[in-house]
Order: sequence, then C-alpha cells, then structure tokens
Amino acid sequence: MNDMRVLERAVDNQDLKIAARDVDVYYGTTHAIKSVNVEILDKTVTAFIGPSGCGKSTFLRCLNRMNDTIDICRVTGDILLDNEDIYDAKVDPVQLRAKVGMVFQKPNPFPKSIYDNVAYGPRIHGLSRNKAELDEIVEKSLRRAALWDEAKDRLDQPGTGLSGGQQQRLCIARAVATGPEVLLMDEPCSALDPIATAQVEELIDELRERFSVVIVTHSMQQAARVSQKTAFFHLGELVEYGDTSQIFTNPQDSRTESYITGRIG
Amino acid sequence: MPLLWIVIAVLVLGTIGYVLGRRRAMASAEGDARSLHSLPNYYGLNVLLFAVVPALLVLSVWLLVQPVVIQRQVVNMIPDTAAQSAGELSLVMSDVRRVADGLDRAVELGALSREDARTIRTEFTNVRDRLASIGVALGDEVSSDVLRAAQRYRVLKTTGTIAMDAVVLLLAAIGLGYAYARTHKELRARNVVERAVLSLLILASTIAILTTVGIVLSMIIETRDFFRLYPWQQFFFGTQWIPSFEGGSELGLIPLLWGTIYITFIALVVSVPLGLFSAVYLAEYASSRLRSVAKPMIEILAGIPTIVYGLFALITVGPMLRDYFAQPLGLGTSSASVATAGIVMGIMLIPFVSSLSDDIINAVPQSLRDGSYGLGATKSETVKQVILPAALPGIVGAVLLATSRGIGETMIVVLGAGAAARLSLNPFEAMTTVTVKIVGQLTGDTDFSSPEALVAFALGLTLFAITLGLNVLALFIVRKYREEYE
Repeated sequence: MNDMRVLERAVDNQDLKIAARDVDVYYGTTHAIKSVNVEILDKTVTAFIGPSGCGKSTFLRCLNRMNDTIDICRVTGDILLDNEDIYDAKVDPVQLRAKVGMVFQKPNPFPKSIYDNVAYGPRIHGLSRNKAELDEIVEKSLRRAALWDEAKDRLDQPGTGLSGGQQQRLCIARAVATGPEVLLMDEPCSALDPIATAQVEELIDELRERFSVVIVTHSMQQAARVSQKTAFFHLGELVEYGDTSQIFTNPQDSRTESYITGRIG
Repeated sequence: MPLLWIVIAVLVLGTIGYVLGRRRAMASAEGDARSLHSLPNYYGLNVLLFAVVPALLVLSVWLLVQPVVIQRQVVNMIPDTAAQSAGELSLVMSDVRRVADGLDRAVELGALSREDARTIRTEFTNVRDRLASIGVALGDEVSSDVLRAAQRYRVLKTTGTIAMDAVVLLLAAIGLGYAYARTHKELRARNVVERAVLSLLILASTIAILTTVGIVLSMIIETRDFFRLYPWQQFFFGTQWIPSFEGGSELGLIPLLWGTIYITFIALVVSVPLGLFSAVYLAEYASSRLRSVAKPMIEILAGIPTIVYGLFALITVGPMLRDYFAQPLGLGTSSASVATAGIVMGIMLIPFVSSLSDDIINAVPQSLRDGSYGLGATKSETVKQVILPAALPGIVGAVLLATSRGIGETMIVVLGAGAAARLSLNPFEAMTTVTVKIVGQLTGDTDFSSPEALVAFALGLTLFAITLGLNVLALFIVRKYREEYE
C-alpha cells in the first residue's frame, strides 16, 4: 500500500450539487441499493469505491436516470440536482442526461468520424447556430479531453480507429461537448493500459475546474489519486463517506478499514 | 444375391465386428476401461468402420462400372449393319437389354430352363412369341445377333454379380479381421473415429457443392444449344416476346426482365419500409413480452405458401386496385397488374426484411445505445443516428436477400400480374416476369430441340446469374459487417 499517496488536495468548494436522500433501488425483487444518503459537491471529484456487486455503478446510473432504460429497475427516495428532484414527473430524463453526462467502462465511440462523435450531442441539443460555432465546440471539447493534438489531422476518420485510450478520451470529449454540469464516470480506466490511465486521470483533475465529477473505480489507488471525496459502498449500503484523505488514513468504520487494507473485496 | 442382401450382410458383419472389437479392447485392458486410450465404444466403432466402409465403397464403384464394362464387351458382337438399320447403336443396345431381361423373367417363371435360355437360337425358336406368352412384349422380331448378344449379356452380368458379391464380402471380412487384430488398449481408436466423422462431413458438403455445379452445368449445356438455334443478340437485346411454335418466334429478354425488375421494385417499395420500421419497433421499443408474441406472428407471413398469396392477389388486391385506382384514374381495366403482384409480393417479403433486420439491430452493442442515451438523445434520435448507421450493412444484406427472393417468385406473378410480356411504365397494366415465362415455355407438349422450349434454359441461366450476383453481394456486405462487431 506504499503507492497509495493521498494528495493533499483541500476540498475548495462547499456548494452542494447533488443530494441523495434515502435512495433505494430494486432490480425485480433484488434490493440493490439500501437507503443511501450522499451529498455531492460542485467542482469536486467524488469517488465511489467498494467490492464488485456492491451497487456503486447502480447508484451512479441513478444520478442521470440511465436505469430508466432497464425495465425491471425501480428507484425510490429523492435525488436532488440543484435542489430539484430529478425523478419528478415534470423532469425530462433526456434533458437531464444532457446536464449530467456519462462516460462508460468500455470506450464506446459511435461508428462515425471523430468530428461527428464529438458533434453528436451539440447537434441533437441544438447548441450551435452554424458550422463555425460547431467547429469551435468540437475543438474546445477535444482540447479539454487532451485529444486535440492527436486528432486534429484526422477528424474525418472513424472514431473506432483510435487506440483504446484515445477512444476513451474521445468519449470524454463527447460527453464534455454537451456542456454538462456533472460528469459521471463508470470505471473509465478499467479497459485502459497504465499510460492511458494516467492521461485520463490527469484529465479528470483538470475537468474538476468546471464540473462536478463522480467516478466509480475498482482501484483504490486511483480513488486516492484523483478524488477529494470518497464514498465506500458495501452490499448495497453506503458504509462511509468523507474526505478522501480521511477515508484512506483514518477510516471510521471497520468495514472500510478492512476493504482498503485488502481484507474484504 | 440381390443388392439389398449383400448390404445387409456387410452391415451384419460390421455389427459383429463392433461387438468383437469392444470385447477385445476390454480384454486387453483386463476389464478396466480407465486404462484404455479411448472409450470402449470407439474400439467397436473402429472395427465396424474398417469392415463396412471399404466394402460399401467398392460395392458402389462396382455398380457404376459393371454396366459400362459389360456394354463394351457386348457391343462388339453387334455388326455395324444392324446398328445402322436401327438408326442408333443405343437403340440396339436397349433391345439387347430388354431381351436379356425377358430371358431372365422366362427362367424365373419356368417357361425356359436355364440351359434353354443360354442356348436357344432364332433359327429354331420364335423368341418373340415365347417371350410374349409370359408377358414380355418386344417391338420387333428378335434378330439372331441381338439374341446372341443378349445371351452373352446375361452371362457376363451373372458372373459379374457373383464376383462382386464375393469381393465385397471378402473385403468386409478382411477389414474386420485387420481392425480386430489391431485392437489393443494403446490403439487410438477415437482418433480414427474422429477422422471418419470428418470424412463424412466433407462428403456431405462435397455432394451439396457438386449438385450446384451439376445444375449450373446442365443449364449451360442447354443454353448453348439454344444459342446455336437463336442469335444471342436478339435474345439479350430483343424488345419483343412473341413465341410461336411454328417457328419465326421473337424471343427478346428485355420485356421479361423489365417486368421482373418493375414488380420486384414495387415489392421492395412495400416491404422495405414496413419491414424495417417493424424491426425497429420490435428491437428498440416493444416490451420483451410483446416482442415474443409479435415476432413469430410476423414470421408466420413467411410460412404462407406463395400460391395462397397468389389467390389473395387474384381475388382481393387485384379487383380492389382496379376498382378504386386504375379505373377512376383511367389507367386500365385489368385486374391483373404489376401493382397487384408487386404489393402482394411486398407483403410476402416483409418477414424477410423485418426478421433479419431485427436480429441485426439487436446485434448492435448495448454500449452504443448507452453512449447515445447518456448524451441526452431520445430513442428515435439514437435509432436514426447511431443504431441504423451501425446496422446499415446488415440491413442492406437483408434487403438484397429479399430482392433475390422476389426475383425468383412465380406464383404470385402468374395470378397477380398475368402472363402477357409487355414493356410499359403503367403499373396497372398486366406484365410478366422471367420465371413465369420459363414455366410457360416448358408446360404442355414441348419439343426440346426447338428454340421456343430451349429459351427457358437461357432465361433460367440469366435469372440464376442475377440472383447469384445479388446473393454474393449480400454475403459480402454481411460478412464485412460481422468483422466490425465480433
């Protein structure tokens, strides 16, 4: 555990972005998430850690209502984004997902050109008035995802032709292009090699300036490296939530301590 | 010995070999199956294969070769003059065979003794009458040469069959003995059986391929005969189809090809949107319960015989189109029309398009859908901009397969569009297709040396070339698609 250096990164923002109150999730008869309460801050990286099957990905998918696409999934409790309940009947899940972007475990570029991949969101949401503005959004998003230098000469080539790490950064650029307020990342580095992982982690740290980032990860080192806040899930419960440095150096719950020292998981 | 018996005898030998081989293997392992290289069954099968396969192979080759050899021997006995007077050597030979069969039958019924059958001569006996009395009718007086040839034929055939029986049974016994002697616990019997299975599979696929080649070759030969009688320029570029069995026909391909293309085009205009949209609905929107009911219901359409579709075209769609569209618009008074056949054929093709497209849309990875929904796209935006482009090559393949199915369709066209070859743009006019004309030229009394009958083969070959081309194109596109996602 020597490489688990916890960077002394103060949480410099205390604005509440997302608040979850007593959230329960059921898959059919399975009780996947049990009464979770969590408060996610703006312009902060929050990491969800925990053993496989503990419900961290399920909870993440509740935050932009991606679970709506699964028939048997039922969510109860309140999730507030900027003090508005996202499960309220008057909220359009499609609009919500434009505000709460998502990056998935496996890079999933569309079978289109790099340019069209990034321009996909802005086009369907009508974020640009003309081609020049769209070009600008694409360039800005690719720059923000640290992919511009590698991709600028091949914007018309298919996104599926990039390497795995580049594909994942393309997916991040694609999510950034719609101008979200929150970026959800579901194990974004689990399919990447160490170099690509380092690039994406660096990127996450930069994205913190503009967005609230929530990242699910299996790697405790990664959570320690990129996040300011950490939540530990176990068997569908939120066991402990606090500053990353506190969770990793001075866990309050014995289960958290067991997990980060490698005894459960 | 009749053929069936010898086959049964070989199979019985094989079964005995199976039991013996299994027992010997077990004995060599001292009753412990675990110390065998293969499972005990494999040793039995190994002996069975060695007993049966070479024997049956020799049997089938012998059956093919023996008649040729005997014929060659007997032909020498027929003088050239006899052959010339009968017109064809093959006619004389069939006479010889008929007389030989008659003699066989006479011996069987006791009308002739074996000795008599071998020695009777036309000079002393009226063979024709003798055979007629036991029910074997011969067209002509039996000449002395033919009778002698027939007797020789009988002798050769009897000897040949006895030799064959002996060789086959001997071979089966040798195979059995050899494999039995080799059976030992170290023998890799399952590898032998594996190779036998492999050859069986190869044999099956070879037969399938050779059949295709045979069909194409027979078409090519007949087509060549047609082009000897009729100039190919007039066939491929002729715009008139006026066959007349008195000669002087005009056999132009263009009107038939036009009818085929026109009807298939209308069928695709009907089936592609309907099929594709229902596939999108089933794959993306419908609940799994609805899907499990609706998909088989659509696929039932593919199970309806085309003649039933034809009836539907004839009594429902045709009159309806005539009464509500063609007559009010002043476009014709025929209930048989291109539009009728095209629409009904389109309905028939819906399941081809929808079922394949549905599978292909389902094969688009879920991660692409998640990616699109995660960016705030709606379902229809996702379908239009992500799923259909990703599935496009497969959908094109499905449409091409449906097209080649439509091009080959006959019954719906006969009943829906009539049988009049015509070049016209009016969709309410009766027209016909290549397949209908193939049927038309070959039904009834046909003389296979006239171009009017032989043209059917040229039409068939043209059609085959077109559908083959479409299928190859479809396969090529589908394969390219598969490489992308697996």
